[in-house]
Amino acid sequence: MTVLAVDVDKQLGVLKLAVHFRAAGGVTALFGPSGAGKTSIVNMIAGLLTPDRGRMTLDDTVLFDAAEGIDVPPHRRHIGYVFQEGRLFPHLSVRQNLDYGRRMSKRPRDASEFERIAALLGITHLLNRRPRLLSGGERQRVAIGRALLMRPRLLLLDEPLASLDSGHKGEILPYLVRLRDEAAIPMVYVSHTAAEVRRIATTVVRLDGGRVVATGGLELLAGAEVEALE
Amino acid sequence: MFDLSVAEWTALKLSLRIAVVATAWALPFAVTTGWLLARKSFWGKTMLDGLVHLPLVLPPVVTGYLLLIWFGRRGPIGVFLHDYLGIVFAFRWTGAALAAAVMGFPLMVRPIRLALETIDRRLEDAAATLGANSVLVFLTVTLPLALPGIIAGVLLCFARALGEFGATITFVSNIPGETQTISAAIYTFLQIPDGDAPAARMVVIAIVLALVALVGAEWLSRRATTRFHGE
Repeated sequence: MTVLAVDVDKQLGVLKLAVHFRAAGGVTALFGPSGAGKTSIVNMIAGLLTPDRGRMTLDDTVLFDAAEGIDVPPHRRHIGYVFQEGRLFPHLSVRQNLDYGRRMSKRPRDASEFERIAALLGITHLLNRRPRLLSGGERQRVAIGRALLMRPRLLLLDEPLASLDSGHKGEILPYLVRLRDEAAIPMVYVSHTAAEVRRIATTVVRLDGGRVVATGGLELLAGAEVEALE
Repeated sequence: MFDLSVAEWTALKLSLRIAVVATAWALPFAVTTGWLLARKSFWGKTMLDGLVHLPLVLPPVVTGYLLLIWFGRRGPIGVFLHDYLGIVFAFRWTGAALAAAVMGFPLMVRPIRLALETIDRRLEDAAATLGANSVLVFLTVTLPLALPGIIAGVLLCFARALGEFGATITFVSNIPGETQTISAAIYTFLQIPDGDAPAARMVVIAIVLALVALVGAEWLSRRATTRFHGE
């Protein structure tokens, strides 16, 4: 089972991030209010943000170690990232977006894998379109497919439903649940919505003010249910 | 009226050749400079920015004179290029191309820089997480997204190069068949008796070339934009 171990500090303006947690297989939710530093944590795991101190490992691979001066660049971490706003490449078709990770790693084409993931996400009919012409929900599904097709060791999802209206949120969640159950890729799922976390997560890391306040199972959501309704 | 004389044909072909060569040589430098100005902060950045824009505000005669001093047969750079690379600029068409490139350069850098500044950097981050190293990110994301700006820059530089007069005539003179472009030919025809008709023909050609370049670039950049952003 893949184990991600994070133990890092980072000063971000007035927020002092000091997080320590382990994520082992399944879906680990980073759960907490806006401004708790959730996105910064996944950015550090992806290598897009450099911690001030600490160490991060994925199984026996050291991703970052301040003391030893190790900082693996994002393109060599093999960690998939689904951003809040999708970030599809506007100049490429859906097919080319999905294929991007494979092309960058110069792997041979694998048509069956491509078709399987496109079918899993229900985007087979969109392959020749430009991202501009997709709905928000379609865009997010393509973004998930793009990250999966790079064959990541770990998949980061940063509030993948936040930019969607409530109708479209329901359109994505079942795909993510299928992904959790069918693909053996561990995920780190960032969210501030308890209902969402309840459907997808197997482990919950509760964050507040840049710190981990609790780690455990779905029971950690109990107290949060009310605040999440806003 | 449109039977062009040999001299007129020569001027037309020479102008096109000089403008194409000037634009092609300026392009990689302009992309590099635009990228440096848009993305990097370094000591002397303001200086570089000023230097790039200088030909835009200096009298062209001054630019031509400076080129003559540096790149002429006895100029320090001219001597070096001649001795080590066998390249001669003085009173050759290559010199006219150099003058045209220098004059067109700021017009090319500007739209490229603006295009690079408006690109969403987060798309480059996304490309990096998908396994692209910085060179691949630049080639597969940054450059294609900057394409409309690059096309605009190429056109502006090309148009400027086609019409360049002051710096060219100062640097490489006005030699028929070698450095006499359309602009220089028009100027020459206007100096001689009965030169009005050939001058008028060259003027029409200059206008047609400019229009073709404008329409062509408009079409190209519209195509590039719709490709990215849909209808």
